[in-house]
Amino acid sequence: MAKPLTRRHALRTGAAAAAASLLVTPVLATPDERAEAIRAFAGGAEIRDGRVKLDLPPLVENGNAAPLGVEVDSPMTDADHVRRIAVFNERNPQPNVVTAAFGPRSGRASLGTRIRLATSQRITAVAEMSDGTYWSASADVIVTLAACVEG
Amino acid sequence: MTGCILAFAAVLAVLGPSIAAAAEIAPPDRRSDTIAMSPALRAMQADDAANPGMLSVLDGEALWNTRAGDAARSCADCHGPAATGMRGVAARHPAWNKASGAPMDLTGRIEMCRTENQRAPPLPAESPDLLALSAYVAHQSRGMPISPPDDPGTAAARERGRRLFTARIGQLDLSCAACHDDNWGKRLAGSPIPQGHPVGYPAYRLEWQALGSLQRRLRNCMSGVRAEPYRFDAPELVDLEAYLMGRAAGLAMETPAVRP
Amino acid sequence: MARALVNVPKRAHRGEVIEVKTLIAHPMETGYRPGPSGRILPRDIISRFTCTYGGEEVFSAELHPAVSANPYLAFTLEARESGPITLTWTGDNGFRQVETALIEVA
Repeated sequence: MAKPLTRRHALRTGAAAAAASLLVTPVLATPDERAEAIRAFAGGAEIRDGRVKLDLPPLVENGNAAPLGVEVDSPMTDADHVRRIAVFNERNPQPNVVTAAFGPRSGRASLGTRIRLATSQRITAVAEMSDGTYWSASADVIVTLAACVEG
Repeated sequence: MTGCILAFAAVLAVLGPSIAAAAEIAPPDRRSDTIAMSPALRAMQADDAANPGMLSVLDGEALWNTRAGDAARSCADCHGPAATGMRGVAARHPAWNKASGAPMDLTGRIEMCRTENQRAPPLPAESPDLLALSAYVAHQSRGMPISPPDDPGTAAARERGRRLFTARIGQLDLSCAACHDDNWGKRLAGSPIPQGHPVGYPAYRLEWQALGSLQRRLRNCMSGVRAEPYRFDAPELVDLEAYLMGRAAGLAMETPAVRP
Repeated sequence: MARALVNVPKRAHRGEVIEVKTLIAHPMETGYRPGPSGRILPRDIISRFTCTYGGEEVFSAELHPAVSANPYLAFTLEARESGPITLTWTGDNGFRQVETALIEVA
């Protein structure tokens, strides 16, 4: 029959692994860097909450590809449309994720992609309108610890 | 890598006493692990325009129609369109190969065709072209029930595979069954423990950021429990594949599946 | 040439908003990840994507290393006239790929 694994052995293995992980932790961006990147995108203009819908699962099974959708409430006419949508993160090595440009021929201001998440964090989408105003939405996402990764 | 040990250590601390006895999953409870994925990942798999595994399926389609080897023949030259000729084939592998007197998985079958009929050098294990051809052929069985052959040779391979599946291995002293029979549906750290049915291989794993074979996945689990993985195409891996396909009999093929 | 998968409806009514979905095979190597040798792999990403339709650039995107491998991009267009929709991916190490889809607008 099976030999039971002792709690002590399990803890010892875990502690060794935790020590090893410290050696390979990459340098991550900070929330301040994200704020700076957002300020640069908006040219220092005021950014208001609203009009932007950010669709990101609250919990993702793997940070290598989290589905992300952004929709902005806009008539998308010559006179009134979304010019750009940018997505920012706070805990990857760099704060920028993707910046997309739209116009009246877009029909809708809608962007779908997949993003990498180094760890659980807050993601922010900012929309730049043709009238020069900026709008944003944020979402928190939890990246679950992979149970078994290759290596 | 380190996350794996931590996660196992945590789950063992909690579940230690309950992982002593292995019992197979009752047939009515058997189901594809796609069901346990988030709606977002299920959507990624279900939409052929969004499923990244489809990039390899398209590569495989091109290879199917490309002449190769000294025979200067393509797969299509002999087999015709894959949509008819290859329909259901992946759902019946591993299958007994009389010539070698051993069970052979789909990848082995493709390699045999390549070396003997096309007279081309074999493709390296886990190479993009071999994965693409396997994915294209397996894709032709999507939606069909897994139907393992019942010849004595394959049955013997299944039994050897079952013994490997239930044998404790590695520094963590775990068998495949300890997780995938006895504790499926529970969580290992944040992730659900899957039943582990090979319905969608080659599959696109987000962890790999690429398509990979069932053998790669099995080796992955072996290094996860800190055991020495069998080399690619080792008879033990083919036996395990045969057992797993028997264990998943009746479930629908999903290639290319998307997995976390 | 990398494998790309482009999904555009073949036909649309004038004024209809259509969805364009694209996938392209690319590792999107971040430049932060060690390779098998332990050394950091150099950055190798697609950094820009453009879509032209009716002789105009109608959508573009700047991609950073935080975009997943085998990048997926989905966006919408207003169907105004029949013709080609041209998609171009460019990136590190001279990467450049162009794909065209035809749409018939009635």
